[in-house]
Amino acid sequence: MALDKAAVAHIAALARIRLREEELEPLAAELSQILTWVEQLAEVDTGDVAPMTSVAAMTLPMREDEVTDGDRRDDILKNAPHSARGFFTVPKVVE
Amino acid sequence: MTELAEFTLAEARDGLAAKQFSACELTEAYIAAMEKARPLNAYITETPDIARDMAAQSDARLAKGEARPLDGIPIAVKDLFCTKGVLTTAASHILNGFHPPYESTVTEKLWRAGAVMLGKTNLDEFAMGSSTTTSHYKPTENPWRRPGDNRPLVPGGSSGGSAAAVAAHAALGATGTDTGGSIRQPASFCGIVGLKPTYGRCSRWGVVAYASSLDHPGPIARNVRDTAILLQAMAGNDAKDSTSAPLPVPDFEQALTGDVRGLRIGLPKEYRADGMPAEIETLWQRGAAWLRDAGAEPVEVSLPMTKYALAAYYIIAPAEASSNLARYDGVKYGLRVAGDTLDDVYEVTRAEGFGAEVKRRVLIGTYVLSAGYYDAYYLKAQKVRALIARDFAAAFEKVDCLLAPTAPSAAFAIGDKQDDPIAMYLNDVFTVPINLAGLPAVSVPAGLSADGLPLGLQIIGRAFDEETVLRVGDVLERAAHFTHRPSFMAGAR
Repeated sequence: MALDKAAVAHIAALARIRLREEELEPLAAELSQILTWVEQLAEVDTGDVAPMTSVAAMTLPMREDEVTDGDRRDDILKNAPHSARGFFTVPKVVE
Repeated sequence: MTELAEFTLAEARDGLAAKQFSACELTEAYIAAMEKARPLNAYITETPDIARDMAAQSDARLAKGEARPLDGIPIAVKDLFCTKGVLTTAASHILNGFHPPYESTVTEKLWRAGAVMLGKTNLDEFAMGSSTTTSHYKPTENPWRRPGDNRPLVPGGSSGGSAAAVAAHAALGATGTDTGGSIRQPASFCGIVGLKPTYGRCSRWGVVAYASSLDHPGPIARNVRDTAILLQAMAGNDAKDSTSAPLPVPDFEQALTGDVRGLRIGLPKEYRADGMPAEIETLWQRGAAWLRDAGAEPVEVSLPMTKYALAAYYIIAPAEASSNLARYDGVKYGLRVAGDTLDDVYEVTRAEGFGAEVKRRVLIGTYVLSAGYYDAYYLKAQKVRALIARDFAAAFEKVDCLLAPTAPSAAFAIGDKQDDPIAMYLNDVFTVPINLAGLPAVSVPAGLSADGLPLGLQIIGRAFDEETVLRVGDVLERAAHFTHRPSFMAGAR
C-alpha cells in the first residue's frame, strides 16, 4: 500500500500528532515502504485459522468487582503539568 | 575496593553471607563503578543515596542473620520500570519529569528480596529499537570496541543501558524488557546473559507499556546462574496483572544441574536464512556440537512460518503501541506543550514529546487499526501469529528445547542502519518469533566475531519451562567458556 501525503496527514490527525508540511513526504515514503514489506503476509493461507487472542493458554481470572485501591487524588495529580482545586485542567472545551 | 566488582552475583551473595565484606562496601564499589562508567551513558538516573540506604538496611538484616535472597546485591533498573518517587522516563521526552506514585511489581519484588537500586538505565525510546540510539537522553555506548577501531558501537537495544552497565561491571545485574528481542539482543552484543521469561511469568504491572501482548520483563546478568537468581526474585503471579500466570515459581538455581544427557535439542532449519553470515552459522554448529558432547541430541526441526514473523510483529507491535501510547496527552503527567484548544494541546505535545521512531510506529499502528484496514493487517497478523505459535508447539512435540543464534550480527557502529527502518528491524529476525509465541529463551555469549565482538546463542523452551532453558544455557556457557572482556571496564582491576 502506497500512502500519499494526504493519507499520512489523516493518520496523524487520528493519532493526534501534529506534523509539519515538510514531514509528510518523507513519512509517506517510509510508511509506504514498511506497509509494502508487511504485506508479504498476504502469501500465507490463513483461511481456517483463528486469530491469536491470548499468548499463554489460559483464561483470564475473575475477581469481585470491588474497590481495592483509591483515595489517592493528590498522588495522581502530583505529576499533572496543570491542575487546580483537585482537577486536571485543560483549555476550555465548552463555550 | 573495585575488586569487589569482580565477583559474580552468586559469589557476592555468598561473600556477604560469609561476612567477607559488607553490603555497604559492595554498594560503594558499584557506585564508584557507575560513576566511572558515565562515558558509556548507560544510566539515565543514578540513585546513590537510595543505594546507600538500601545497603545499610541489608547490612542490618545480614548482621541479625535475617538475610534475604538478594540482600546487598546492587542492580540497575531499565528506565521502563516505574520506581516510586524516582524519575521514570522510558527514555522519552513526553514523560518529562514523571515521578511515579507507585512501584512496579517486579522492582518491588527485587527490593523486598533485598536488592539495592543503583539507578535507572537508558533504552530506546519506549523500548522501540534495537540499538539504544533512539533515547531522548542520547545513545548508550557498548563497552566493547573492535580491536584497532575506535568507533563507538551500539550496545543493542532496547535494554542497552542495562546490558552495557552489566558488561562493564557497573551493576551486578539488571532488569530488562523484551518485546521483540530487547533483552537477548543487547545481551548478545555485550557478551553477557539475558533471559526473556515465558509470557505471564513476570508481572508487567508498573512497566511502561509498549506492546502489551509482547512485552516480557526479565533479568540481565553476567552468567546463567546470576540470571537464574534474579529471575527467582522477579517471577510470580500478580493480582495486578491479569495476564500473569497463577503458577508456582520453581527453584531456578536448582535447575542448573549441569546434566543435559538425553535432551533433544532442535535446530530450526528455517533460521538458516539466505545470507546468514558464515561466522554465525559456524557458531551455531559449534553450539550444537558442544551440547552433543555433553550428551544431548541435536536434531533438525522445522518452523515453516519463521519468515513471516517480522512482518507480523511490525503490524501487531505498532498496533498495540498506538493504543498504549494514546495515554500521553499532556494532561495527566509528563510534558505539556501549550495550545489554544484541547486538540492543539494533544497534537503539539505529542509532536514535541515523541521521537521519530515512536511517531513512525504510532502512525503505522493507527493505520493498521483504522476502519477498513483492521482485517487486512491486524487480524491477518494475529492469524499468522497463531500459525507461528503452532509451529513451535509442533516442534516441542519432538524436542525439549531449541538452539538458535540470538542475532544475525555482532554490535554495529552508532549511526549505522539509521536511515532504513527495515534494516534496523532485521536485527530481531531470530528473536521476534519467540515473543510472538510467548516462549522463554536465554541468550548466552558463545564466541567472538571475526572482528573481535561477542556473539550469543539462544536456548528457547516450552512455555513455563525456564528450568530447561537455564539448565541447557548453563551447560552451553560452560562449554563456550567465554572469558573475554570488553575494552572498557568500570568496575574491575
